[in-house]
Amino acid sequence: MLDEVTKVFPGGTVAVDGLSLEIEDGEFMILVGSSGCGKTTVLRMVAGLEKPTTGTIRIGERIVNQVSARDRDIAMVFQNYALYPHMTVYRNLAYPLRQQRLPRDVIRHRVEEVAEMLSLKALMNRRPAQLSGGQRQRVAMGRALVREPAVFLLDEPLSNLDARLRVQMRAGLKRLHGRLGVTTVYVTHDQVEAMTLGDRIAVLSDGKLQQLGPPQELYDRPANVFVAGFIGSPPMNLLRASARDGRVSAGDFVLERPGLPDGALIVGLRPEALKPAVDGMPSIAFRVDVVEPLGDELIVHGSLAAELIAASSDRDVAEGALPVANGTGVEAVARLDPRDRPAEGRVIRLGIEPEAVYVFDAKTGVAIR
Amino acid sequence: MASTSTATVDRLVRLDAPEQPRRRLPFSPWHLFLAPVAVIMLVPLIWMVILSLETSSEAQSFPPVVLPTGLHFHNYVATWNSEPFGNFFLNSAMYSLATVAGNLLFCSLAAYAFARLKFWGRDVLFIVLLATLMVPFQVLLIPTFLIVKHLGLVDSVGGLIMPNLCSAFGIFMLRQFFRTLPIELEEAARIDGTSRLGILFKIVLPLSLPALATLGIIQFMWSWNDFLWPLIIIDTASHAPLQLGLSTLQNAHRSHWNLVMAGTVMTQIPMLIVFLFAQRWFIRSIAFTGIKQ
Repeated sequence: MLDEVTKVFPGGTVAVDGLSLEIEDGEFMILVGSSGCGKTTVLRMVAGLEKPTTGTIRIGERIVNQVSARDRDIAMVFQNYALYPHMTVYRNLAYPLRQQRLPRDVIRHRVEEVAEMLSLKALMNRRPAQLSGGQRQRVAMGRALVREPAVFLLDEPLSNLDARLRVQMRAGLKRLHGRLGVTTVYVTHDQVEAMTLGDRIAVLSDGKLQQLGPPQELYDRPANVFVAGFIGSPPMNLLRASARDGRVSAGDFVLERPGLPDGALIVGLRPEALKPAVDGMPSIAFRVDVVEPLGDELIVHGSLAAELIAASSDRDVAEGALPVANGTGVEAVARLDPRDRPAEGRVIRLGIEPEAVYVFDAKTGVAIR
Repeated sequence: MASTSTATVDRLVRLDAPEQPRRRLPFSPWHLFLAPVAVIMLVPLIWMVILSLETSSEAQSFPPVVLPTGLHFHNYVATWNSEPFGNFFLNSAMYSLATVAGNLLFCSLAAYAFARLKFWGRDVLFIVLLATLMVPFQVLLIPTFLIVKHLGLVDSVGGLIMPNLCSAFGIFMLRQFFRTLPIELEEAARIDGTSRLGILFKIVLPLSLPALATLGIIQFMWSWNDFLWPLIIIDTASHAPLQLGLSTLQNAHRSHWNLVMAGTVMTQIPMLIVFLFAQRWFIRSIAFTGIKQ
């Protein structure tokens, strides 16, 4: 669908850099990345609100580079919803259909259908200013759905909602997609949304595609340090390490990994893979700083006996210059069973199964398997 | 008219003033300043009304007669009958309404282009447009007259209207307002299948009613009170608008100030009505400029 698309803004900012991405029919595709990574620009190019500098965009068989937004058969939900303030909910929902000059009774029928689906029936005569955030969000969704478009574009649609509503709407979105099966491109900076909603996730950084795959694959086999640090919550602990004669060491953490070439490495340890050390397991000293009990688990913050690296400073990873995190606010995180609650201020040893350790090249950030 | 505008300022200031919970005066301290100003603004208006009801000799005596011996409403009838005032009113109404309609339409078209369309030389063109605001009308008088003459519109209401159908000020004002509207609304409308013109008429203009109302009122006032351009372009009395017609009441041979003032009161009444009705919009539009929605 997107082929070698590049967008350079006036002034020379490269927002999207040679991105190729194919989205299957009916797929729920997530574009995720930190702010300024180009994900919204990609969406806007698909929508026809921006023209790619080079490359082609196809929807179905059709190259749409020169096709205007109105003729692309797409619908978009904006981050701030962009409801027409001077129209009632009904007229907002009916607007795209009226633009298509459909007969009045067809419009009424379709609007009511969508209103039913999103339980907006009681709000039809209100104006956007009289709606709550969640209601506005549903109207924005409805206005996109009512057109029965070929592609459904969502630009951080949940980011303006409070946390509870966001979880609720997230499930609603997933249900809706399951029912309608419309091809959907969803932009978010929230990796939880990405993991829960996506059929596949495209992780973007600096306008480049970092990894593309189903959520579980991204979690299990991150292609590079950026993806490793981005996917998963709390994020993966990344340690500066070195390899010698098949032994990887980071501080007092030592791991046998035969066949690894000598040199600088980055080791990744998922917080949920850490547990109180058992004999024979690679382990590391962990100074417990703060313990956050969540009931079913503990989030333990602290520091490690190794050099920590900030997880998602993508720019630096790309340039091979990794920031040193010790003393710069980056802390290690572990998720432990409440029964293993450590005392704050104590130093404990946490172990990890050797196969749960991720190893990355320190220069390129690429995963070594 | 002067009194209403003072009242406007007055209300605005009170809107802006922060609420003071303790030791409140029964009035805002601003009133100590604004009330005298309001009185000063009112004096000429009241004086105009008094003069219009006096006899000719009372009106011309010095020191002026503040309390006339009787109320001579007959002055109004005399004034109305002395000149074709019906024609004057009709011409003024046509002049004002046509220029208001023209300005709202043409200025919003141009303003939208300047606000949102990307085209070569847009910013330079806009600066040139702004620069024309600094050229006084007196400089443009003769060239404009020549153009109108070539169009064969001299001494007609059409010639009165034509050069005033669009104004740089209107374009500037609407452009500034259009730029404050969230661009996402227009993008959403584009995706929803609206053409550029459709976006202007269905999305942008309905959201710009305060700005349009303001421009409409300003243009109405301007056209209604315009004197210089009608003076140049109109020869025949029956083609003259009010302000020009009014001037025929005073000349070297007879200046019945009571009649002139009666005519002036009559010409100001429609302005007052327009302003009273539009005041709500006027205030809102000024208040809107400070509020980010």
